[in-house]
Amino acid sequence: MQEVMLEKAKELLQSGAVDRVLGWKAGEFAYDITPCVFASAQELEAGFVYNDFCGNNLSKYLIKESRKGGKVLAFLKPCDTYSFNQLIKEHRIVRENVLVVGVPCQGMTDGETLKAKGVKGILGIKTEGEDFVINTLYGDRTMAKKDALPERCLSCKSKKHVVYDELLGQEGDKLDSGRFDLVNKLEAMDPEERFAFWRGELSRCIRCNACRNVCPACSCEKCVFDNDASGVAQKAAADSFEENMFHIIRAFHVAGRCTDCGECSRVCPQNIPLHLLNRKFIKDINTLYGDYQAGEDTVSRAPLTNFTEGDAEPSIVTKGGKKA
Amino acid sequence: MRKIAKEKLGALLAAVGRDKPLYIPALDASGQARFTRWHEGLEMARALNTVRSAKDFFFPQTENLVDFKVKGKQIEIIDPRSEQEDFVLFGVRACDARSFEILDKVFLADPVDTYYQSRREHGTVVTLACTQPEETCFCSAFGIDAAAPEGDAQVWMDEEYLYLSARTQKGDKFLESVRALAEDGGEDAVQRQQEETRRVMAKTPLAGLNLEGFDGEHLNPLFDSEKWAELSQACLGCGTCTFVCPTCQCYDIRDFDTGDGVRRFRCWDSCMYSDFTKMAHGNPRLTQVERFRQRFMHKLVYFPANNDGQYGCVGCGRCLSKCPISMNIVKVAKELSKEVR
Repeated sequence: MQEVMLEKAKELLQSGAVDRVLGWKAGEFAYDITPCVFASAQELEAGFVYNDFCGNNLSKYLIKESRKGGKVLAFLKPCDTYSFNQLIKEHRIVRENVLVVGVPCQGMTDGETLKAKGVKGILGIKTEGEDFVINTLYGDRTMAKKDALPERCLSCKSKKHVVYDELLGQEGDKLDSGRFDLVNKLEAMDPEERFAFWRGELSRCIRCNACRNVCPACSCEKCVFDNDASGVAQKAAADSFEENMFHIIRAFHVAGRCTDCGECSRVCPQNIPLHLLNRKFIKDINTLYGDYQAGEDTVSRAPLTNFTEGDAEPSIVTKGGKKA
Repeated sequence: MRKIAKEKLGALLAAVGRDKPLYIPALDASGQARFTRWHEGLEMARALNTVRSAKDFFFPQTENLVDFKVKGKQIEIIDPRSEQEDFVLFGVRACDARSFEILDKVFLADPVDTYYQSRREHGTVVTLACTQPEETCFCSAFGIDAAAPEGDAQVWMDEEYLYLSARTQKGDKFLESVRALAEDGGEDAVQRQQEETRRVMAKTPLAGLNLEGFDGEHLNPLFDSEKWAELSQACLGCGTCTFVCPTCQCYDIRDFDTGDGVRRFRCWDSCMYSDFTKMAHGNPRLTQVERFRQRFMHKLVYFPANNDGQYGCVGCGRCLSKCPISMNIVKVAKELSKEVR
């Protein structure tokens, strides 16, 4: 696929159809890929890559890229296309300045995920059929690709692109991979147990803001927490609950707009499963207002911003973790 | 040199941890290592490094500096510090151990930061030699020997024994506290392990990282390089790199309104943040390119230029593992080094 994409990018640059290419650039190791804007065939030749480690969602970069003048080619994976649509809906991306080329994805892993499986000293990674053959400082190791995937990819919602101008490779389908299984597990806990679970997870937060900054739904020009004049901007937590509260508030803020791309959990240095908070809201919205997938299209009104006579009454909403 | 049978590790930790706070690397709920207060039954993690560095113990993420209380026309000034007690950090790696030397140059230079100084004086650092470096390790680029970590006392561990050696008076005291468990010997085993670790270290992909030209003399060509825009292009502006970094030492001091006064606190700052070093007149670095440049110029150029050539990095590799977009000091150094040679 990488070769096909490279040819496509060079062809569109040469014909003048696009001025820049948004993709992924190879790093020092096999897995440390960086999002990159390429402006020439030489730059593409030197670093363009597409492999099993291109997990970064590129859509948020298009907020800026689509405003720089000229046209940008963006290679988007299925889950990136949901974020793209959602940003179009929120008038954040200038659609006519982007040429979307959909690319297939079989799930993306990263160095951290491999290391969590006990792989040490990675020198190189080769793909052999359905396996990774990992060359390390301490010998070779073979791992099935499916065993190397993070949770967000194991519970992938869709291999189908919801928007594209051109498509490379075979189009996939929407999937039912049990993405609410872990939410169900959390719901089955009693309130005290669930409170303790989230306290434990969220209290590891170091407030680096990586989750917020990577999130395509967090696209405010200036976040209230970065605004000196807001009265809530603080670089230090006033008490031990503040960071917990930050994540809960952020989940509310993106509710109905979060497409469940899982970038928040991927980037968290403290491995907090933040995407589960968002998934709980997605599940609740589905239950209370009917199935809704943010980013599926660019025109429908989201349940939380649309009043209908059939809307759920507050009284049926569960309270304190218990049925009211 | 003294040695203690490995099955007595629990007894060793208990002997130290019973008397004073002892912190060891232990796995958290997410399976990553972090320094955790020892308690009976807490198992030491075998991980190479903790997610957060050991600097937290001397330079915490937040601390209260002074309280002001207003009563009528009186303002009471309160020092919120309680007496610092002795504590032991066990299992610090060579990279983190060297980071204290760098932090000392900042906080113990005149005027001495007494908050930091007090913690340094009361903390005993017991290091643990590395045996299985990762590909992200590059401490050797800064002259650090992963097989011979610094600190007050050093520990090497193999499948049978822990080998201990003191480097300072505090280290002597530490060894004294576990005297009953120890016997003499171990020099040969330690030497064998060191040779093996150094052999692996030399094979790591970043072992040959060359920092030639990163100094005050080459400041201007590096500062004006066009590469910064390219390197910082995908930067999210989050603070991950700076917060997991053992040598990042920038902080902010702010006031918290308590209703009847002010609590003045200090907290880690990050050059990646939009309000970094913002002053009354505004912000000296308006774009992410400038803030990004600041981080690497500080570590690779400004710090060595002011500190006898010592770089503000110890090659622990945390930023390599944790940056959401995999941009880091190694990529920056390699790219820029093409311009100064």
